[in-house]
Amino acid sequence: MTDLVEHEARPAPPPAPPASLKSRHRSEAFARRLRARHAAERRFRLAGAAAVGLAALMLVLLLGSIVSKGYSAFWEARIRLEVTLDPAEVADRNYNALLRRALYAQFPQVTDRAGKRTLNDLLSSGAPYELEAMVVKDPAIVGTTRTLWVRADDEIDQLLKGHYRRDLPEAERGLSDAKVAAADALLASAALAQGFNTTLFTAGDSREPEQAGVGGAIVGSLLTLLVTMALSVPVGVAAAVYLEEFAPKTRWTDLIEVNINNLAAVPSIIFGLLGLAVFLGFFGMPRSAPLVGGLVMALMTLPVIIIASRVALKAVPPSIREAALGIGASPLQTVLHHVLPLAMPGILTGTIIGMARALGETAPLLMIGMVAFIVDVPHGLTDSATVLPVQIYMWADSPERAFTERTSAAILILLGFLILMNGLAVILRKMFERRW
Amino acid sequence: MATTIQTQLKLRPSGDRRADQRGDGAPANKMTARGVAVFYGAKQALKGIDLDIPENRVLALIGPSGCGKSTFLRCLNRMNDTIDGCRVEGRIALDGEDVYGKTIDAVQLRARVGMVFQKPNPFPKSIYDNIAYGPRIHGLASGRDELDEVVQTSLKRAGLWAEVKDRLREPGTSLSGGQQQRLCIARAIAVSPEVILMDEPCSALDPIATAHIEELIDELRANYTIVIVTHNMQQAARVSQRTAFFHLGEMVECDDTEDIFTNPRDERTQGYITGRYG
Repeated sequence: MTDLVEHEARPAPPPAPPASLKSRHRSEAFARRLRARHAAERRFRLAGAAAVGLAALMLVLLLGSIVSKGYSAFWEARIRLEVTLDPAEVADRNYNALLRRALYAQFPQVTDRAGKRTLNDLLSSGAPYELEAMVVKDPAIVGTTRTLWVRADDEIDQLLKGHYRRDLPEAERGLSDAKVAAADALLASAALAQGFNTTLFTAGDSREPEQAGVGGAIVGSLLTLLVTMALSVPVGVAAAVYLEEFAPKTRWTDLIEVNINNLAAVPSIIFGLLGLAVFLGFFGMPRSAPLVGGLVMALMTLPVIIIASRVALKAVPPSIREAALGIGASPLQTVLHHVLPLAMPGILTGTIIGMARALGETAPLLMIGMVAFIVDVPHGLTDSATVLPVQIYMWADSPERAFTERTSAAILILLGFLILMNGLAVILRKMFERRW
Repeated sequence: MATTIQTQLKLRPSGDRRADQRGDGAPANKMTARGVAVFYGAKQALKGIDLDIPENRVLALIGPSGCGKSTFLRCLNRMNDTIDGCRVEGRIALDGEDVYGKTIDAVQLRARVGMVFQKPNPFPKSIYDNIAYGPRIHGLASGRDELDEVVQTSLKRAGLWAEVKDRLREPGTSLSGGQQQRLCIARAIAVSPEVILMDEPCSALDPIATAHIEELIDELRANYTIVIVTHNMQQAARVSQRTAFFHLGEMVECDDTEDIFTNPRDERTQGYITGRYG
């Protein structure tokens, strides 16, 4: 048999290592190096644990500060009144007079105008509307005497929560001695108590802290997110599927890819300016509307969703594509039946992270007028609305003490929504996850 | 020289081997390749391959790694289309019809020329859905009962029915490696292909699972034309009737398997089958 090709001849085996090299494993120098290696590893682990500890400490400090400031906002002070619903006054819609009469009845010793004014200030200016709503809902109560718990003014609320220092002289305290005395008298007769603050969740914004809530902002945020999701998810996933599975790899697709990555890093306020110029300026869409906010957020979220979806699609093993193509599935069937379902957990995670980012975004919304003071809860995509983070931003600017705790409470509510969304992401990922 | 392989040939259990090869004359060619050249970008992977694939026979493609066997195999059902920068020249015909021509659609071609891959790749779905997927998308079964029937016959032909008939709803990925590969064969069969291409179907399997698959290939030959790429020369000797030896992008020699292993004409073939290189 003739030899085949020259290069296929077996090379000579390499020479055996000298005995001196082998004995090094047992030398003193080797042992020293080994100790140093172990020490380095211990140091690294310690540094890592310290970093994690530091991060956890920061988180605890942040959350602790917000919770300790904000938890009290979930309670509000209410005053017990024996209200006689005089039909004549109800016919005149003079609910204020009814409430005041009931309050004066608890303080028979107060007869002068100044004293009565002090008593008037104990009640929230929104209390008459509360009573009116009650009567409209159940007209049968007119003419009867009812025991009602009526919302107190925010100053009384704050006094009850200990946010006013009683030991300070009247001028420095910011709350008159007369009001403190009246509140104490109500407390003594158990006519002043704290209850769960539902207003915080149902009401829109207000100048009066005790009547202000994040209800409007929550609805505004949900409407905005709805528009964002309806636009950015289908467009983003379709773009990712096309780029990843169908588009030929040319200079154009490279250019598009680079631009998408750049777009993801563009500061969000730029998107707000774009929205202002294009959606409001050119298309003449309404200001402060969740529709426009959603459009701007969709533009901002798109690159995030495209990038996350492409990564998820890339992670699907090519063997699945081959298997589907190999039995005659068309490329579209391969993607829709096999690749996309397998990429779904990753796509969902990316989408929800994008949505969570949109939920917490403020800057672009400032540009399109969603930073307005809006009392009504929005009912549609074109109603004026604000969103949770903007509401937080506006409350943080308000001087009243009661808004300080409401700001923290609103942050807690926003965090709650974010945790809810991230939890949803985890659940959906678990649900769609398949092994291969 | 090559004694082990010759022993294998003699020890083969099925005694009808010689009759297959010689008795009924030369079988018709199911597929033919003429002057097939494949380029990956500027690199040429195949240099003008001429090869006939006889009907209802097993053709084994052997050769050292990187010689172009798999590339050739993937030309037969146009799986190379999915690779960027891959260009195919020459003519490959299925029943006389150019598979790269305008009259044949790649999707239709792959339904007629099925493929089994090196690594078992069941879909992460139930065993039933793995088999039923092909018939569903091609509309081969109308109604539930017919689909059940197709699934059952496919699994039976792949010799997997007895093992999985009580667990059709379990995921295909829960099976063992050998079972998964038979599931993949059943999945390919379910589409009723004319040709089955197998790219090293046993390289990820243990010897017992390999023996299973080899028996299966021998049985499938009656109804299908099979082309198998293998690195294992004993396997080529055991399962195939014809063998083609590839080397550095060329098809060196193609002949009846027995002749290739006992009386190779080219010295490169001889060098490879005797284990001198590869």
